[in-house]
Amino acid sequence: MRPVTILDSKQLDLTLNRLAFQLVERYLDFDGTAIIGLQRTGAFLSEALVDKVRGIRKDCKVEHGLLDVTFYRDDFGRRDKPLAAASTELDFPIEQKRIILVDDVLYTGRTIRAALDALVSLGRPASVELLVLIDRRFSRQLPIEPSYTGQMVDSIATQHVQVEWDEKGFQKAVLFEKVDKG
Amino acid sequence: MKDISVKHLLGTEHLSKKDIELIFEWASHFKEIINRPIKKVPTLRDITIANIFFENSTRTKLSFELAEKRLSADVVNFSAGASSVKKGETLIDTVNNILAMKVDIIVMRHPEPGAALFLSKNVDSRVINAGDGTHEHPTQALLDSFSLLERFESLKGKRIAIVGDIKHSRVALSNIHCLKTLGAEVQVCGPSTLIPKYIDTLGVSVSHDLEETMRWADGLNMLRIQLERQEQSNLPSLRDYTLKYQLNRDLMDKVGKDLVVMHPGPINRGVEITSELADSDSSIILDQVENGVAIRMAVIFLLAQQLNRN
Repeated sequence: MRPVTILDSKQLDLTLNRLAFQLVERYLDFDGTAIIGLQRTGAFLSEALVDKVRGIRKDCKVEHGLLDVTFYRDDFGRRDKPLAAASTELDFPIEQKRIILVDDVLYTGRTIRAALDALVSLGRPASVELLVLIDRRFSRQLPIEPSYTGQMVDSIATQHVQVEWDEKGFQKAVLFEKVDKG
Repeated sequence: MKDISVKHLLGTEHLSKKDIELIFEWASHFKEIINRPIKKVPTLRDITIANIFFENSTRTKLSFELAEKRLSADVVNFSAGASSVKKGETLIDTVNNILAMKVDIIVMRHPEPGAALFLSKNVDSRVINAGDGTHEHPTQALLDSFSLLERFESLKGKRIAIVGDIKHSRVALSNIHCLKTLGAEVQVCGPSTLIPKYIDTLGVSVSHDLEETMRWADGLNMLRIQLERQEQSNLPSLRDYTLKYQLNRDLMDKVGKDLVVMHPGPINRGVEITSELADSDSSIILDQVENGVAIRMAVIFLLAQQLNRN
């Protein structure tokens, strides 16, 4: 199939603005709240989101961190390719914090399950919400649903959603036919 | 991300620079994990590891066991005194018994050089050499270089001296291979009776004068005098050795350089190094211990990951 653009850069910017406003509406000054992006692609999204939130509420105290879930995945012995890890960068305790986990695409839910494991190994948050840019609904293998969604898409297993970005920010979200690169 | 190119970790001699850098990259991730409040990840919950130690060891065994447990592997331990073990059938019999319990990785220390290679050719499990006689001790060398890299941005062109009983040291040989692969210059220093004749074929320089070596070096790895491995002719007098090769404050001040000091432990305090220097800011001995767990986690992780794809 030809790649289908789900969100172009303008739509992406609008979607990010909406998501940021939804967070501000819910968390106001973000006291005791942290936005944590999942490495690697969710990390870029979380950075963009935090910028938007700080643009809306210049006095807000939102804390921002990055979480790597490599060691908490449930497919260690089942992967065809070697794992790659990224760093976890949390310079604040998560104990009793209200956490907003951020990832770009929600598909089977297994990455988020791993993220919840990784998170509780670092402390006991007061609450955890999930924000995703693209929700591939009807593809879930675990009972995990987002609290905030940028865009929902219907896709089949052979398809792949990719969010593209460059140093200036997000370019677009695209639906591809999955190609096995061997 | 790549796989490590070897099936077993038998020594540093056959590790490429890319392999070493890959191990260091994963060790950095694991170092972050072991500094968390909860130091454990569930990654290797379907892997079983046997630590078989045919020779006494406290810290290496402890370090491996911690590394394994922090990766959530199942761990079984087997220890045997050197006197009860003969290389060959006994070793294979012992290991086959352990393998019958479905072990994926064997970590072995053995008094015979080559025992790890021998084992790797005769069992299906992956083998990690935790010291084979006077031959190699690869994870120690890896953690030494990793610790040096925390002080120096790169080891290329850095001058590292290994001081003491080179002849009986598996740490020295593994260090020489690892450091040279990473681009460091290596010098060995000690009495001629404790330096093997072939050593210059490994591309290292030799000195019998500690002060001269210190003037040359950026870092010193002070080896333990292995009193249990000495023959009368190698070291006639411990006092004589201490006078000539002990690293102490006077010598450090005389040389006037900020040298990084390492020691693989356990230290014979007052013999190869004084307490004052072992506990000084120049010393990275405790960093070595901490990094040992991270390095061993990385090696185990990489071999286990490869195991699953083969």
